Amino acid sequence: MPRPVVRHQYDAVIVGAGGAGLMAALEASKTCKTAVVSKLYPTRSHTGTAQGGIGAALGNVEPDSWEWHMFDTVKGGDYLADQDAVEFMCQEAIRVVYELEHMGLPFNRTPEGKIDQRRFGGHTKEFGKAPVRRSCYAADRTGHMILQTLYQQCIKQAVSFFDEFHLLDVLLQDGRCAGVVALCLATGEVHVFHAKAVLLATGGFGRMYKVTSNAHTLTGDGCTVVFRRGLPLEDMEFFQFHPTGIYKLGILITEGARGEGGILRNGRGERFMERYAPTLLDLAPRDMVSRAMYLEIREGRGIEGKDYLHLDLTHLDPSVIDRKLPDIADFVRTYLGVDPHRQPIPVQPTAHYAMGGIPTNLHAEVLDERGQVVPGLYAAGECACVSVHGANRLGTNSLVDIVVFGRRGGQRLAQWAPAADHLPLPKEPEVMAQEALSRLTTNLGGESAAQIRDELQQAMMAQVSVFRTEAGLKEALAAIVQLRVRYGRVDVQDKALRFNTELEEALELGCVLDLAWATTVAALARRESRGAHCREDFPDRDDANWLKHSLAVLRDGAISLSAKPVTITRFQPKPRVY
Amino acid sequence: MLVDVRIKRFRPEQDAQPRWAAYRVEAEPTDRVLDALNTVKWRHDGSLAFRRSCAHGICGSDAMMINGRNRLACKVLIRDLRPPIVIEPMRGFPVAKDLIVDMDGFFAKYRSVKPYLITEEPAPQAERPQSPEQRERFEDTTKCILCGACTTSCPSFWANREYLGPAAIVQAHRFLFDSRDHGAAERLPVLNERSGVWRCRTIFNCTEACPRGINVTKAIGEVKKLLLRQSVK
Ligand SMILES: Cc1cc2nc3c(=O)[nH]c(=O)nc-3n(C[C@H](O)[C@H](O)[C@H](O)COP(=O)(O)OP(=O)(O)OC[C@H]3O[C@@H](n4cnc5c(N)ncnc54)[C@H](O)[C@@H]3O)c2cc1C
Ligand code: SF4
Ligand code: FES
Repeated sequence: MPRPVVRHQYDAVIVGAGGAGLMAALEASKTCKTAVVSKLYPTRSHTGTAQGGIGAALGNVEPDSWEWHMFDTVKGGDYLADQDAVEFMCQEAIRVVYELEHMGLPFNRTPEGKIDQRRFGGHTKEFGKAPVRRSCYAADRTGHMILQTLYQQCIKQAVSFFDEFHLLDVLLQDGRCAGVVALCLATGEVHVFHAKAVLLATGGFGRMYKVTSNAHTLTGDGCTVVFRRGLPLEDMEFFQFHPTGIYKLGILITEGARGEGGILRNGRGERFMERYAPTLLDLAPRDMVSRAMYLEIREGRGIEGKDYLHLDLTHLDPSVIDRKLPDIADFVRTYLGVDPHRQPIPVQPTAHYAMGGIPTNLHAEVLDERGQVVPGLYAAGECACVSVHGANRLGTNSLVDIVVFGRRGGQRLAQWAPAADHLPLPKEPEVMAQEALSRLTTNLGGESAAQIRDELQQAMMAQVSVFRTEAGLKEALAAIVQLRVRYGRVDVQDKALRFNTELEEALELGCVLDLAWATTVAALARRESRGAHCREDFPDRDDANWLKHSLAVLRDGAISLSAKPVTITRFQPKPRVY
Repeated sequence: MLVDVRIKRFRPEQDAQPRWAAYRVEAEPTDRVLDALNTVKWRHDGSLAFRRSCAHGICGSDAMMINGRNRLACKVLIRDLRPPIVIEPMRGFPVAKDLIVDMDGFFAKYRSVKPYLITEEPAPQAERPQSPEQRERFEDTTKCILCGACTTSCPSFWANREYLGPAAIVQAHRFLFDSRDHGAAERLPVLNERSGVWRCRTIFNCTEACPRGINVTKAIGEVKKLLLRQSVK
């Protein structure tokens, strides 16, 4: 039975209320009638869990420049980032950090009353000479403070929110965007939002993997919805594993812990990073540290020969831990019963960040397969691929990305939408969404979504994580194909309309299945190793053949891949040593 | 090991009254209560409804009453509880379904204290200066994740649902004690109303309930003092 339908008309709809979505909403609502649609209450968004900081070359504690920041970002991304976008981001970073401060964000302060800054992986002075203090932070709660501050500003500006509304579909008409369809979780009704412009800011999709720092809700819904509508996804093979997840749980321990002096040690007590990155040591970029950890474990030098290592903070001044890393100290005590002042912390790499996503230009406008702007459709934040992170993101650069491009997208939309028209909607715009919902709730196939999710996460963890091989990727691909077939028989037991969280989880599983598929197909195709994508059968970077972005498009039930050139301006590709 | 979990359930479309349901689930002693709830949902009864997202105590989604105390399901481990584990929704908010409560009223009160920086001064080119000591003054109340555990453990709130409640006062405190903020004149009248801070009877339930370790009672006390000082002036 079709669900009741409610219709709305807005100039702009922002989907997602993390840092990117809220920043966009603040800009868009200056000129447009704007609605923010989010499956979570805004302050529950995953931006709130970001710990370590936001990178900007303020130079508050030592000399710094945005050019150094740009160089680090390009090199950290193994030269796959588009350098015009990186240049824009690193310049804007300084301005947005001050803007956040003006909005009230409580940064930690230097004795002179300026925003304090600390070290982070891959951030250096003078083009790689030594680590630099660039990360602006608020204890280990920087993301919490950003999310709270932006939401506070939205309250002040009286932005309209549709909280706990789950995006189901994006409406495209003649290559333009005409709105979105969403499920109201509280009532089970389907809502159609007719809009001139839509900005997607739905975050990442770490829930493809078993061990992840990502929330249960990070299932890449926005990416999937546009993918199913025939738009491309860019650079899906690049998924970052963060070196320090709490063993088995995946909960993140910020790189800021190493920025404050923490050291990684193997089962013999050695500071093994000396062998892998003699200059930056524990503060080398994440892809390198995660690989080093996998190798240590594989060669039997894990703690007691097991699959984890130690993050040692015991030599730090206890007051540094208590003042600058209070939350992670609390996590470690709560979940492991370990006192970080006196005991090392068991860690393993954890699936953390999607470099890939919906392709956009510098203005957060979504691009189709031919590189043409899709009028009225924007994307920003982790769901988008500008690409500023290339093959591997540096720490603190996602928070920069979300505020810089969230703001840019919001501004662009605010200029464009007032003069644009509402496109006529298709006759029954909600039909695809209705069908998907009724399929899941009336199906008698007897498959369990939880079971399929478990199997998917294990396959991805085993074969599509830090090290990859052709044989392993093929195995994962075969498993995913099977799981997608089984997904067609998933049975949602709860038939209720209100707060049907079982239905919501089944929808989310459908998304991670599609994204895992795209990731694996793209990983199989890229026969080189670059940044977070490491093929053991092709261990070297191959600029002659592979210095290009990948685009994955869903066509007639299969994924086809194409390439897109990388924009290189100031920094020519060089071997990447630290 | 097997753990007994009792959950107070309510299906709005079927039930006139909440009812108790019992489950025996496989769990490790080091698992979170949230993991046990997931096991119920994924292996026993998919219709069980609760909110969750981050699973490590930061997003504020899963405050609920566990063995008689408000806590985040993702921040309490099975080994730290005496079985059976008894789980109910937070008390004092309307129950929407199972462990999901309607928090609209809670957020309306939050908004009523004008929880944003209010300042007339034009922004400088760079940051507004603030000393580490000035920053430290409101550190504690910046940690709030709006989970609602404090407000729904407060007998004054149970007695009178008009009461602003500790969470909204914590949010007001965060700005009242920020050296950059000049919004006291707009905020204090709301806090001084009959439904404002004076309903607090210093019972300390809120402080005990807060999963972020905020000294809520102290913050409320500081706001009261500020009001008294203002009225003396
Ligand atoms: C533990 C952790 C620590 C981190 N620390 C740092 C750090 O120190 N520095 C740094 O730079 N980066 C850090 N990152 C990365 C960074 O936090 C994220 O990449 C960034 O916050 C993503 O922001 P976003 O706005 O794109 O998405 P999110 O904040 O994830 O928000 C996504 C939004 O989309 C909404 N949404 C999703 N699906 C739907 C749907 N179907 N319908 C409606 N709404 C939907 C959600 O409700 C939510 O509001 C960290 C990440 C993690 C996991
Ligand atoms: S003060 Fe503590 S208990 Fe109250 S809402 Fe904030 S975090 Fe939750
Ligand atoms: S799930 Fe986020 S606080 Fe528990």
